[in-house]
Amino acid sequence: MKTYVAQRLGIAVLTLIGMSMVIFVLLRLAPGDIVDILFSTAGYVNDSEKAAIMKELGLDRSYVTQYLDWMRQIVTFDLGKSYRYDIPAWEIIRPLLPVTIELAVLSMIVAVALGVPAGVISAIRQDTTLDYALRVFSLAGLSMPSFWLGMVIILGMVSWFGWIPALTYVKPTENFRAHAIQFALPALAVGYRSSALIMRITRSSLLEVMREDYIRTAWAKGQRERIVIWRHALKNAILPVVTVIGIEFAFLIGGLVVTETVFNLPGVARFLVQAILWRDYPIVQTLVMFIAIVVIASNLIVDMLYGVLDPRVRYGS
Amino acid sequence: MAASPIEARVDVPIVSVRPAAPGAWTTLGRFIRRKPLGAAGGVIMVVMVVTAVLAPWLQTHDPIATNAAYTLGKPNADHWLGTDHLGRDIYSRIVHGAWVSLVVGLGSTLLGSVLGGIIGLLSGYIGGKTDLIAQRVLDILQGLPLLVLALVMSASLGPSIRNVIVAISIPIIPRAARVIRASVLSIREMQYIEAARALGVRHLRVAFRHILPNTVGPFIVLCTAQLGSAILVEATLSFLGMGVPEPYPSWGRMLSVSAAEYAQKAPHLVMFPGIAISLAVFGSNLLGDALRDTLDPRLRGSR
Repeated sequence: MKTYVAQRLGIAVLTLIGMSMVIFVLLRLAPGDIVDILFSTAGYVNDSEKAAIMKELGLDRSYVTQYLDWMRQIVTFDLGKSYRYDIPAWEIIRPLLPVTIELAVLSMIVAVALGVPAGVISAIRQDTTLDYALRVFSLAGLSMPSFWLGMVIILGMVSWFGWIPALTYVKPTENFRAHAIQFALPALAVGYRSSALIMRITRSSLLEVMREDYIRTAWAKGQRERIVIWRHALKNAILPVVTVIGIEFAFLIGGLVVTETVFNLPGVARFLVQAILWRDYPIVQTLVMFIAIVVIASNLIVDMLYGVLDPRVRYGS
Repeated sequence: MAASPIEARVDVPIVSVRPAAPGAWTTLGRFIRRKPLGAAGGVIMVVMVVTAVLAPWLQTHDPIATNAAYTLGKPNADHWLGTDHLGRDIYSRIVHGAWVSLVVGLGSTLLGSVLGGIIGLLSGYIGGKTDLIAQRVLDILQGLPLLVLALVMSASLGPSIRNVIVAISIPIIPRAARVIRASVLSIREMQYIEAARALGVRHLRVAFRHILPNTVGPFIVLCTAQLGSAILVEATLSFLGMGVPEPYPSWGRMLSVSAAEYAQKAPHLVMFPGIAISLAVFGSNLLGDALRDTLDPRLRGSR
């Protein structure tokens, strides 16, 4: 187990280093740099001024130096400075984090609460009308863009309940009710989409397990359906579901990018979009790297959870 | 539960003994009968392709012509789906948007799947260290959420249809490579491959002439599955202002900031393009699922 963990950690670190290179190179393919963007509104900027700004931002150095400098920053948790705001990136990102984390966790809860029961029902009523209805429902969730779903939800609330969405972010300490509503709707939009995948995996995994001999034995013993499914079958069917929940986390971040924009929530994901538009390299680099770390970490945690959830999985032997 | 639980659950895999090479029409008929949902998805896709190709003849107005006298117009006999904030006809824009969606969706799916497929084929066939390195590199590309990678790519390449296609195809590469590699690994061990090698057929020829044709099934499944998400990513990128540039009418851009602003005054601005996106993605998902069940029973019900 120990060697397995060490091995996985090693691979994770290597993958992250590779990712950092990809991110670094991608952002430098961009035509036009921050100086041009910053001064395109200010009008003309002469070459010596431009050179001075480039020097101040460290953009005059070779790419290798810039990359190594960035790596040093990441290792020392110094996330660099935003070009646009001229303050440390971390100071901008820190207040945005709780919003995104809260939304991500809520969405995940919605996704699991919808997806797992729907998958179970769909599997035990395989090929009935209910099964078809649930599958179409989940496929529809995969097909609707979450930002559009968000808009439709807002539109529906407005026209049916005369409810006006809070246009700016409400802190939970200020007005808890308004805060809860503000988060419930985007969480529903993102969670529904993610639940689709969880439902499908739950369904197929449970269907497979239900064919096993030990399930037939359980039926033959005269066990009630509830016991057979929830105690015997689901226990073994849940493993692939856990994997998907791990993968889903990465998927969810994609959904957050637009949902935060639609619902006007000041989170990291919405900020990422703005930073990309401004070509604020340090912020984009840091945020994308941050996303990469979250994805790799969640994959790692899922792999580790296998050993806990399923004693049949043995590591390192 | 009414039916006996055991009876209801005995699920004997049906091994159909097919006559050699049934005709295309027979196969199609059987597909429609067995997979009505998949067939419905197929119909949606056909409608989309026809709409995209015939867009110039199906339009009722110039999709990019503005009309200051009739902005945010409700649907009526002249403007079937109403007009947007610039007075452009929404129906005509949706019809032309089908072309953009299809070109970007198909283009990026094919580009990504072919590149990924070649990597998967070679990596699976050669095996050993090459395979190991290829897998690690693909891990890197797959580690980033599809949308985030496409977003960064698209921002960095600049807005143009070609660049959006490239940006969306890159995240598809590792996913395609995985699928093709997996099927190459099993085909590689088959006896006819050994026979081909024993006859002195060169490696490259074995890989491309003897293995590749047998990965067509998974490849088609892969493409249909990716098509839906490619269309969705295009819409999202365009929504965020980093996708297909003006003047091309894109479904995603139609939902962009302006639509959000006017949504309450003119809900049709938000509804119709969104329905178009959802239907297109829904159609390709339905078709993809059914094709996967038919062509690749091992993956039944999963994604």
